[in-house]
Amino acid sequence: MNEETAVSGSATPVDAACFEEYLDRATDEVFSTMMGVACAPDRKPAARDGETISAVIGLAGALSGSLILHTSGPAAMRIAERMIGLAPAEVDGMVRDAIGEVCNMIAGAWKGFNASLASGCLLSTPTVVAGTSYELFSERAPIRLERSYRFEEMTFVITIACELYA
Amino acid sequence: MSGITVLIVDDSSVMRKIVERALRQAGLDLTKVVEAGSGREGLEALGAGRVDLIVSDINMPNMDGLEFLRQIQSQGLAPGAPVVMITTESGEEHVREALAAGAQGYIRKPFTPDQVRERVLPLLAPA
Repeated sequence: MNEETAVSGSATPVDAACFEEYLDRATDEVFSTMMGVACAPDRKPAARDGETISAVIGLAGALSGSLILHTSGPAAMRIAERMIGLAPAEVDGMVRDAIGEVCNMIAGAWKGFNASLASGCLLSTPTVVAGTSYELFSERAPIRLERSYRFEEMTFVITIACELYA
Repeated sequence: MSGITVLIVDDSSVMRKIVERALRQAGLDLTKVVEAGSGREGLEALGAGRVDLIVSDINMPNMDGLEFLRQIQSQGLAPGAPVVMITTESGEEHVREALAAGAQGYIRKPFTPDQVRERVLPLLAPA
């Protein structure tokens, strides 16, 4: 999107029922634009064994909560390779950076589908956690959405947990 | 345009590389690429040498892109170098604020090389 297509109209009502559609569109947009691969919802949950990596983007303002991308080490390395053009040998700083940026772009694209969220919802910089045994806990949120996605036989999960103030 | 020096400001080193690649794919002949991980580092880089183009993210720690822009204007740094924001922020207010702070262009992430070409090349064309 360029200047001419900036989202306008800050009074657009926010309908949480649209969040899933926004997320599907945002995820596919990021993967197709930045990595040249299709990405679609998948019923199979992402792997939780072995080394995994999670990126967290905080949401504030019109929404309060977080958007989390969680995936396996191999899927994260594939994402990084697709973005950068170099194949990493392990989940290193470059891979963590890439996952953080993908999560950041998905969050930005997701909120961009609604004018009120585009203007009124602020994003934090990404926080990335990687390892073999960790859990992320967030405050119980009235709005919770978890979606699995597939690209090139790899899967990842996006979780949105938030409260709406708009 | 041939032989330009670009300053790329983004807290993600991956994104800085992607932006560089997009600029090259858009047809820019980059003689030198200067990278900065924050607005503050960007100001230091501008104090060290001349640049022909500045591309900056908005959401960064240690001075965000909008403050970086304001400091460029107030300190009179990089005169004549166009500034293009590349960011996840798409709200009308964000665009307006960036343009008011001195940006000449605005591109939302995710982006394609074609979008970079459309936004950046006209800013570098001879007057």
